[in-house]
Amino acid sequence: MTLEEAPVSLHDAPGRRLTMIEAINEALDIMLARDPDVVILGEDVGYFGGVFRATAGLQKKYGKMRVFDTPISEGGIIGVAVGMGAYGLRPVPEIQFADYIYPGLDQLVSEAARLRYRSAAEFIAPMTVRSPFGGGIFGGQTHSQSPEAMFTHVAGLKTVVPSTPHDAKGLLIAAIEDNDPVIFFEPKRIYNGPFDGYYDRPVKPWAEHPDSVVPEGYYATPLGKARVVREGDAVTVLAYGTMVHVAGAVCAEKGVDAELIDLRTLVPLDLDTVQKSVEKTGKCLIVHEATRTSGFGAELSALVQERCFWHLEAPIERVTGFDTPYPHSLEWAYFPGPVRIGEALDRLLGH
Amino acid sequence: MPEPHYRPGDAVDFRHIVVPPAGAQPRPDETCPPAETFALCNDLIRVLDEAGRAVGPWNPQLDPATLRRMLRMMALTRAFDERMYRGQRQGKTSFYMKSAGEEATAVAPAMALDFEDMVFPSYRQQGILITRGYPLVDMINQIYSNRADRLKGRQLPIMYSARSHNFFTISGNLATQLPQAVGWAMASASRGDTRIAATWVGEGSTSEGDFHSAMTFAAVYNVPVVFNVVNNQWAISSFSGFAGAERATFAARAIGYGIAGLRVDGNDPLAVYAAERWAADRARSNMGPTLIEHFTYRAEGHSTSDDPGAYRSAQERSEWPLGDPIARLRDHLIALGEWSDDQQAAMDQELAEAVRAATKEAEKNGILGHGLHHPFKTMFEDVFEELPWHLQEQAEQAIRERRIKWPEWKE
Repeated sequence: MTLEEAPVSLHDAPGRRLTMIEAINEALDIMLARDPDVVILGEDVGYFGGVFRATAGLQKKYGKMRVFDTPISEGGIIGVAVGMGAYGLRPVPEIQFADYIYPGLDQLVSEAARLRYRSAAEFIAPMTVRSPFGGGIFGGQTHSQSPEAMFTHVAGLKTVVPSTPHDAKGLLIAAIEDNDPVIFFEPKRIYNGPFDGYYDRPVKPWAEHPDSVVPEGYYATPLGKARVVREGDAVTVLAYGTMVHVAGAVCAEKGVDAELIDLRTLVPLDLDTVQKSVEKTGKCLIVHEATRTSGFGAELSALVQERCFWHLEAPIERVTGFDTPYPHSLEWAYFPGPVRIGEALDRLLGH
Repeated sequence: MPEPHYRPGDAVDFRHIVVPPAGAQPRPDETCPPAETFALCNDLIRVLDEAGRAVGPWNPQLDPATLRRMLRMMALTRAFDERMYRGQRQGKTSFYMKSAGEEATAVAPAMALDFEDMVFPSYRQQGILITRGYPLVDMINQIYSNRADRLKGRQLPIMYSARSHNFFTISGNLATQLPQAVGWAMASASRGDTRIAATWVGEGSTSEGDFHSAMTFAAVYNVPVVFNVVNNQWAISSFSGFAGAERATFAARAIGYGIAGLRVDGNDPLAVYAAERWAADRARSNMGPTLIEHFTYRAEGHSTSDDPGAYRSAQERSEWPLGDPIARLRDHLIALGEWSDDQQAAMDQELAEAVRAATKEAEKNGILGHGLHHPFKTMFEDVFEELPWHLQEQAEQAIRERRIKWPEWKE
């Protein structure tokens, strides 16, 4: 085998290391340069570059007609983006926090999601709504929510959650290129470094994580494809966003030979990868930060049961946030951290 | 709690509605600062006087052929409505909405705008499609949700979409089209495109948050868009007081946003044309958005599912002080010596026959609930650009159910 033919492992490759914010910024930069139809709009995204710096420098580089600040009106931001999409642009609106997305819900659910269907494809909404979501930053009940299940329930929307800088760039590029509306939730706890669930330990930078190696230039990570983060035989762990890192750390700490799957796209879901894994391990743990009742874990649990019932050796476990608003001072009691995950693993593995 | 002046059985006296003389309203230049229009937000732009003459600075000076076309399009809209209403009552479809009394607020703007301008209508602007020459047969196919329906039987009747005629897909959720029109116009302007957007909303739906966000965005970015608020006095059973009409005119909303505003006699087709043209020219010359309130009256029920006799006085229609738009334009043409009652009668007969013929043609493609719908699999198409696995599975299930119910069935 020559050097050229050797399998390329990104983990070992030398390369630039970026934070998730830098990777997202780079994806936006690349798409603004590649496609003149791409426009970015949102609160504080222009001159200032976004409250999390995701759009830093882009207005200066591409001008105010391509990257611009908006009134504080999420319904207006999404509604205007629907109109821009109908014209033929490819808008990438930012909703500053997922907690603020609800005023835009009618425009997303009744308009963007159904434009193609109701007009028999005369009009489409090729927009990607970026929004930071999730807790772990002392955001209280209005800066911490994970509302992904509200969107996975809507016919016509795709929902994507990256967990690494590498995927954040590739998935965001794929989302922007997609001709359907995509909700792109960015786990803000891991914008600047991965998180093992121990809030009382020193913060780790992305630079020490293998998936912070981000190739330069254009690449798309296809929507609807999960990533097997770690192969294993003892149990299948399904997670996305921040919880990929937390669940992975708990399994490593407990020495569990888990098969960890990062779903990456919730709709359309890569059920084949999930099914193959659960049929192998016979056990399934689902982890998400969002509230439990009618959370996306309920859908995953139902699908695994339907597809893998005769392979299951134990009841499917769900580890989630509690069914309360996200509390400020008791944030870490709410967060589905190592204790909650560990307990569920013990139950599953019969310890 | 707001209460309308008249309820069922009440004698109606509309003398409290101020109707200024036609021709008395000043017409500022299209490029004027917004503030020069603010007095017009509390006035009523009128062109046709009681004697059927076109008077004053807002007279658009249309030639007789154009006036006759305007009359014809309004009459065709009314004839179409009559036929479709009867069709719904005969069980050919589930639902219909007439625009009786409001024809001018759709037909005249459609003539004042360029064909290429994008319209984002609400649900009572069938007059736009008719004026733009969209085939009646295609409209009826949509109303019947039959196998020739361009929207594949997915939408409630009258929720048309016609990209070929620059007519945006009608939602059914109210006021959502307003920020969309703003976004479309922003995109157009950002490309140096001369096309503008125009959108329609009822006075009741101005209460929606989307109205406020659309106005704000339009003002902030000086967007080339025309907002048409059709104030037909009634939102189903709720009179305009529930949208704040007793405090301020709907045109006066423009003042707070700092954009141009005009309040127009919505039953005066020439005033409506002139106002829409003024706003369109203003937008096209990059002077920004205009809010037009069309002061009119919903002469019939909200829809075929409504019974206006249960909440308002039947006398309101006959007592409405601004008359009927078709009768007023007819009288104007007769006063000009360009039309006659005989011509009117002949035209009405001709249009009724044209609609009848289109209806017969459309019925060949089926009526609602009689089996001649789009192929079954189309139910799952266009949810996404490509069919994902879960919809593929559900489509297979639907076909299976069909075969169980009708073993002889073939796709």
